[in-house]
Amino acid sequence: MFSWDLLANAVVAGMLLGGFYAAVSLGVSLTFGLLDIVNIAHPAFVILGAYAAYVMNSSYGLDPILTGVLLTPVFYGLGAGVYRIYYASFERRGEESLRGLVFFFGLLFIIEVGLSLKYGVDYRLVEAAYIGRSIDLGGVGIAFRLLVPCVVGLLMTLALHLFLSRTFYGRAVMGVSQDQVALRLMGANPVRIKTIAFGIGIAAASLAGALLITISPVVPSTDRDYIGRVFAITVLGGLGSIGGTLVASIILGIAESLMATFFGPSWSLAVSFGILLLALAVRPAGLFGR
Amino acid sequence: MNRPWTRFAPQAVAGLGPRRPRRACATWRLLGWALVGAVAGTLALAGAGVFVARAADPIKIGLGIALTGGLSANGKPALMAIQIWKDDVNKKGGLLGRPVELISYDDQTNPATVPGIYTKLLEVDKVDFVISGYGTNLIAPLMPIAMERKLTIMGILGLANNEKYKYPNYFQIQPSGPDPEANWATGFFEIAAKQNPKPQTIALVGADAEYPRHAIAGARELVKKFGFKTVYDKSYPPSTVDYTPIARAIKAVNPDIVFVASYPPDSVGMVRASHEVGLQPKIFGGGMVGLQFTTVMTSLGPMLNGIVNYDFWAPEQTMMFPGIKEFFAEYQKRAKEAGVDPLGYYLPPYAYSAAQILGLAIEGSKSLDQHKVADYIRSNEFSTIVGKVRFGANGEWAKSRVLQVQYQGVKGSDVEQFRVPGKKVVLYPDEFKSGNVIYPYSAAQK
Repeated sequence: MFSWDLLANAVVAGMLLGGFYAAVSLGVSLTFGLLDIVNIAHPAFVILGAYAAYVMNSSYGLDPILTGVLLTPVFYGLGAGVYRIYYASFERRGEESLRGLVFFFGLLFIIEVGLSLKYGVDYRLVEAAYIGRSIDLGGVGIAFRLLVPCVVGLLMTLALHLFLSRTFYGRAVMGVSQDQVALRLMGANPVRIKTIAFGIGIAAASLAGALLITISPVVPSTDRDYIGRVFAITVLGGLGSIGGTLVASIILGIAESLMATFFGPSWSLAVSFGILLLALAVRPAGLFGR
Repeated sequence: MNRPWTRFAPQAVAGLGPRRPRRACATWRLLGWALVGAVAGTLALAGAGVFVARAADPIKIGLGIALTGGLSANGKPALMAIQIWKDDVNKKGGLLGRPVELISYDDQTNPATVPGIYTKLLEVDKVDFVISGYGTNLIAPLMPIAMERKLTIMGILGLANNEKYKYPNYFQIQPSGPDPEANWATGFFEIAAKQNPKPQTIALVGADAEYPRHAIAGARELVKKFGFKTVYDKSYPPSTVDYTPIARAIKAVNPDIVFVASYPPDSVGMVRASHEVGLQPKIFGGGMVGLQFTTVMTSLGPMLNGIVNYDFWAPEQTMMFPGIKEFFAEYQKRAKEAGVDPLGYYLPPYAYSAAQILGLAIEGSKSLDQHKVADYIRSNEFSTIVGKVRFGANGEWAKSRVLQVQYQGVKGSDVEQFRVPGKKVVLYPDEFKSGNVIYPYSAAQK
C-alpha cells in the first residue's frame, strides 16, 4: 500500500497534529516543567476552554478560536487565583508534593462534574466556516480543521518562547525554575512570578481547548484522554523546554500519523509511548532537557 | 415462733403457698384472659398494620447508570426515560397496587463500580428488581452477580453480553436479534448486495473497544456470506484525535463499501475526515454510534447525506407505535431542562420499553418472584412504545429489528428538520421501510 503520496500526506497530517499537541502541552511545560507544579487538572482547563468556545459559538455565533483568544485574560485571572489558593494551602507549608497533587486531582473532578451539571453530558461541537473544508497542495490534502489549530499552536509556542527569553517577567520565570533564593536576593518575589506563570499556563490551556473543539466533539470527561499525552510530550521534550515541547509534539504527531496510515492505527499510541521510553533511556532529561 | 424469713420463702414468692380463697382465683383467671385477649388483639392489629404498610410499600427497582464519564451522554437520557416510565406507572396506581420506587447510582461509565453498586442495591436498598446500566461494557460486570443471585435482568443496549453465559433470566432491549453480532449489520450488507452494479470490495474499520469489536466481527462473517472482498480491515484506539490518515489509507485501497463501527467522537472524526480527504465509496456507514444524537446530527449537517447507518428509531410514519408520541412529548420537555439530547430518538424509548416490559411482566405474573417474572417475559409478547417485543432463547429480541437508515436531503444545522419524516429514511427491514436508497453515496451529496 506504500506510496510517496501517502507518505507525504501522513507526514503533513502528523505535523498538523503535532502543532495542536504543542498547544495543549505548552501550559504543562510551563507549570510542570518550569514551576514544578504537577497540575494534573491542566486537561480539565483545556475542556473548560472548549466549553467556553462552545457557549460563545452556539449563543452568539463567535468563531471558536477567536473566542479562545478573547477569553485568555479571563483564564489568566482564573489560573492566577488557583495558584494563590494552591500556594496558601500547600506550597507555603511545604506540603505541595502529595497534597498538592490531590488538590489538582480534586480540581479536575470539580471542573468535570461542574461542566456536567451546567451543560449536561451531551457531545458538544462548534461550527466554523473552515470546519469540513480542505485544500489540496500538490497531492497533499490539508484539512483547515487541523491547519488552523496547528498555526495557532505554532504562534502560541513562538509567543511563549519570546516571552520567556526576551521579557523581564519571562526571564524571572526561568529564574524561579532555577533558583528561587537567588531570585529573592535580586529583589523579585517568586510567588508573584509563579502566579503570573501559572496564569499564563491556564490561559494557554483555555486557548488549546478552543482548538480542541474545532477538531473534535467534547464532553466533560474528554480531559482524561489527554492527561497521559500532555505529560508524555512535556517529559519527552525536556522539562521546561518550550522548543522541546514543540519538537516532541511533532514527533508524536508524525509517529501516530505514519502508524495510522501504513501499519494500522491501533499501534499509533503504543509506538508514541515506545518513542518516549526509548528517548528517556538514551536521554533521561528528555530531548532538550538540561 | 416468729419466722419472718418465711415471707420470702419460694412458695410465697411463686404464689404457691397456702391456697387462696375461690373468689380471688376467679379474679386472677379473668385478668389472665383479659391479658391474653389484649395481647392477641394488639398482635392482630399490629399484623393488620404491617399488612397495610406492606401493601403501601413501594416496589423497588434499582440500577447503576452512567451519569458521568464517556457514556453519560446516553446514560442520563436513559435514566430520564425510566423515570418517565416510573411516573407513568405510579399515575396509573403502580404495580400490583403498590407504587414503584426507582433507586439509581452513577456508575461513572466505569465497569469497576458495577459490582459495588449492585451489591448495595440488593443488600442495603433491598431492591426487588434490577435493570442494567447502559452499554455492553457496563452490563458485562453485572452478569456474574445476576447469575449468582438468580436475578432477572433487563439489559439496556448491550451487544452479545449473554453469548457465553447463556443465562436464562437475562433480557436485553436493543433489537439486535438472536445473533447480535451478525444481525447487527445484516441490513447494511443486504442493501449493499442489492445495488446494481453490485459493489465488490469492502473496508472494515472500527475502534479498539467492546462494541466495535463485536460489530466488526459480525461484519467479517457477513463479508463472507455476501461474497465481498476485504481490502482493508483495521482498528484504531478510541482516543485518536486525527482521523485523516485513516481515511486516506482507506481511500488508497479504493473500496466500494466502507463499514465503520465507531463511538460518537470517532464517528464525527471519520465523517469529517472522509469529506476532507475525498473518500467516496459507493456506500458508507454501517455501525456508527453517535450519528443518531441530535447535537452530532445538527453539527455534521449536510455531511450526513448519503450515509447508510444503523438506527433504532426515526420519525417516519412506519415507526409510529402506540404511546411513542406521548413519550417524546414528555421526554423532550424534561430534556430541555436537563441538557441532554433534545430529541432523544435513539436510546430513551428503548430504556423506557425495558422498564415497561419489566412492569408488564410483574403485573402479568402477579409476582415479585425473579423466576416467575423471567418466565413471563420469556413466554409472552409485549406491546411497548417501540413496538411489539418478544424475546428469544438467549434473551435477545426473537427477531432482529436493527434499522438501516439513510440521511437524505439534510440542509444546514437546523434541528427542526430532524423532527419530520424524510431526513432519516428507513431502508431496512422491509416491514418498516419508508423510502429508497440513493446510490451511490456521492449521488446523495449533490
